[in-house]
Amino acid sequence: MWENIKDFASTFFVTGDPLIYGADVSIALTSIAIVFVLTYFKKWTWLWREWITTVDHKRIGIMYLIASLLMLFRGGVDALLMRTQLALPNMKFLQADHYNAVFTTHGTIMILFMAMPMMFALFNLVVPLQLGARDVAYPFLNSLSFWLFLMGAMLFNLSFVIGGSPDAGWLSYPPLSELSHSPGVGENFYIWGIQISGIGSLATGINFLVTILKMRAPGMKMMKMPLFSWSVLSSSIIIIFAFPILTVTLALLFLDRFLGAHFFTMDLGGNPMMYVNLIWMWGHPEVYIVVLPAFGIFSEVVATFSKKKIFGYNSMVFSMMLISIVSFFTWAHHFFTMGASANVNVFFAISTMVIGIPTGVKIFNWLFTMFRGRITITQPMLWTLGFIPCFAVGGATGVMLAVAPADYQYHNSYFLIAHFHQVLIGGVVFGYLAGIYYWWPKVFGFKLNDRLGKWAFWLWNIGFYVCFMPQYALGFMGMTRRLYTYGSDTGWDLGWAPLNLISTVGAFLMGLGFIFQVWQISYSIRKGERDLTGDPWGGRTLEWSIPSPAPMYNFAVEPQVTTDDAWWKVKEDRAKGIKPAPVKYEPIHMPKNSAIPFVMSVCWFIAGFGFVFDWMWMAIPGLIGVAICLLARSFSYDTDYYIPVDEIERTEAALRGRTV
Amino acid sequence: MAHATAEHSHAHEAHESHESLKVLGFWIFIVTDILIFGTLFACYAVLHTHTNGGPGAKELFEMPGVIAETFILLTSSFTSGLAVLAMHKGKVKQLIAWLAVTAVLGAAFIGMELTEFVKLVEEGHKISSNAFLSAFYTLVGTHGLHVSIGLVWMIGLMIQLSRRGVTEVTTRKVTNLSLYWHFLDVIWIFVFTVVYLMGVM
Repeated sequence: MWENIKDFASTFFVTGDPLIYGADVSIALTSIAIVFVLTYFKKWTWLWREWITTVDHKRIGIMYLIASLLMLFRGGVDALLMRTQLALPNMKFLQADHYNAVFTTHGTIMILFMAMPMMFALFNLVVPLQLGARDVAYPFLNSLSFWLFLMGAMLFNLSFVIGGSPDAGWLSYPPLSELSHSPGVGENFYIWGIQISGIGSLATGINFLVTILKMRAPGMKMMKMPLFSWSVLSSSIIIIFAFPILTVTLALLFLDRFLGAHFFTMDLGGNPMMYVNLIWMWGHPEVYIVVLPAFGIFSEVVATFSKKKIFGYNSMVFSMMLISIVSFFTWAHHFFTMGASANVNVFFAISTMVIGIPTGVKIFNWLFTMFRGRITITQPMLWTLGFIPCFAVGGATGVMLAVAPADYQYHNSYFLIAHFHQVLIGGVVFGYLAGIYYWWPKVFGFKLNDRLGKWAFWLWNIGFYVCFMPQYALGFMGMTRRLYTYGSDTGWDLGWAPLNLISTVGAFLMGLGFIFQVWQISYSIRKGERDLTGDPWGGRTLEWSIPSPAPMYNFAVEPQVTTDDAWWKVKEDRAKGIKPAPVKYEPIHMPKNSAIPFVMSVCWFIAGFGFVFDWMWMAIPGLIGVAICLLARSFSYDTDYYIPVDEIERTEAALRGRTV
Repeated sequence: MAHATAEHSHAHEAHESHESLKVLGFWIFIVTDILIFGTLFACYAVLHTHTNGGPGAKELFEMPGVIAETFILLTSSFTSGLAVLAMHKGKVKQLIAWLAVTAVLGAAFIGMELTEFVKLVEEGHKISSNAFLSAFYTLVGTHGLHVSIGLVWMIGLMIQLSRRGVTEVTTRKVTNLSLYWHFLDVIWIFVFTVVYLMGVM
């Protein structure tokens, strides 16, 4: 009996590495600390009522933000582990298989569990406010999306201490990810972690598409809509068309592993390259899913801090919609070396170069917006200014990679690694950070400290170039990706080692930048400059017309929109002495909180965990739980309520009274 | 009094527009579902000749049963349409009755499909036999799973209708359900054509 338990535990828990024991201990301690704090301060009901069951987009956005910052930390630690291992030749810091697990989880976490939720955080925090709406189209579904994402992310992260991490690369190419080559449970964690959170992402795409199409304030025509909302629209359209492909691809891989099907196996007629095609039909649009909202953020930030209308609004909209279409026709550039005919490669090479054109248009629009503007260098503006040159270089190296014959040289080398980090960090991360700094006062009611923020920015920005510029050279020198170590001959005689060492220094500079940001947040919570006006930057769009943080119903009265930059117009009218129409409150229709999203997501987690370990006694009850939750929702009719007028009056008096 | 009425009509309006919002969302969900089936069809198109020397579509499929399934499902689509017509006339009993007929036909379809699958498996043609069969079972099975989920949904809705009658909310729910059911019918037409007809041709 005891032997059996010991036997089980030694395969169930990951053992053998001091790093993992360290993680075990820190996870246990953190959990105990959280439980203790919540119990000691009697916060359990508060947590349940105000956060876990909430359907308020602003709170869901905050939860997304916290989760994504935690994931940024985990993914960043993975990155530093890799860079430490590669700093010098023949390092013994990580074993080969551990290194494989680390680069796999780094990639998966950064894209799916960091970038996606950070993007959804900004969707949630900003879009309804920018549209003059009271919530998203489907608040219940929104909450479900968040909890599905979180449970998927937790399931994926659990693999670090239980069962073993996936180690077949961030896209899990078969046959390596098939049962024949990865017999452990790591790939199952990968499949179910992403599958569960992917359902949530798909639902968010639908939710925000409908929100933008149907929930805009009266008078806000599509072409009067702020550009961030446009970017969310284009991103949501891509989500809707791309994520179903991911769902199917992962499901088929699961069937291969679970029922012995032969979609992607090497034998009995399977076709591994079909997986590579399918995963990139999702994977390439995915990078545009995450980068388009960043473009939207830059458009808002540049206009606000240049005190000018955005230059070329129509071309901005047109180029984003064009990107969202063309992004579906570039996927094969990830495997020019597959052996498709030259004609196929030519098609994808040209489509890849073509998609650079609308992106270039946007860069010029931002530059022309700044031209002759009254520019103030605030933190969001700083990140925007860091982004433009970085993304331009990243785009240029992308066009180099798009040249199919030349790609045979670059393919899977460090040149590629440097390229996609340049567009993902320089584009997506810088963009989201700009957005977070920009809208932070709106969300939390205070600004983030400027001095610490500038430290963080320069550490990130300089660290980025120090880290990734040497990698372009390393790629040309023949260093391939996913290499866990190199000999001292290549290291010193071929000159890999100095460049790798510099790159590692850069990675740690970025890590230091992140620490400054954590410091900045914790400092500003206590001492940050409070935003009493609701409009700390001199904003142009509707989110700045209401107090910070926004009341639960967002807008006491539905705003009437007549132009683009709606709030700017109101401010101009006020300056001219035009009085706003007298306010008349009406009861506000609000959705009720619900526990079903959380419970249903927990059931998905249980089912996913069961499937990971092939424990049907656990998976089936989990799925039954999901079904019961669906039915429970279908049978509940008491799902909304009205905020009475006197309560709105009281809330508004308290909020606005502060500002006078 | 006037105030109360205004308030009521406002509430009424907001509620109604919210229901139409949910129908729009459901249409978009169907778009995503089309993509799921589209991907599965693409996989089937790639793999349908990969039988690894085993029997292919021509040898395995028995058309009479499949044609019967097709007619049953098409009829159920028609009866779900009759249910919606009854709903627009406000006849709850008729509505529930037509939904019940639809559900029975759907269940018959699932029963026949399961019988077909069981027979194939007993003859040794499993999902793990070769890539063609993997793609076949997954594509047709995903459609069957959708129909089964639709059945549970339909039963749940019949209970709600019997309790609450035809309201804005139940109208929206029946509308979405019938959209879903017609959509599955369209998918089946493609399954029937691509998998079965072109398979035995």
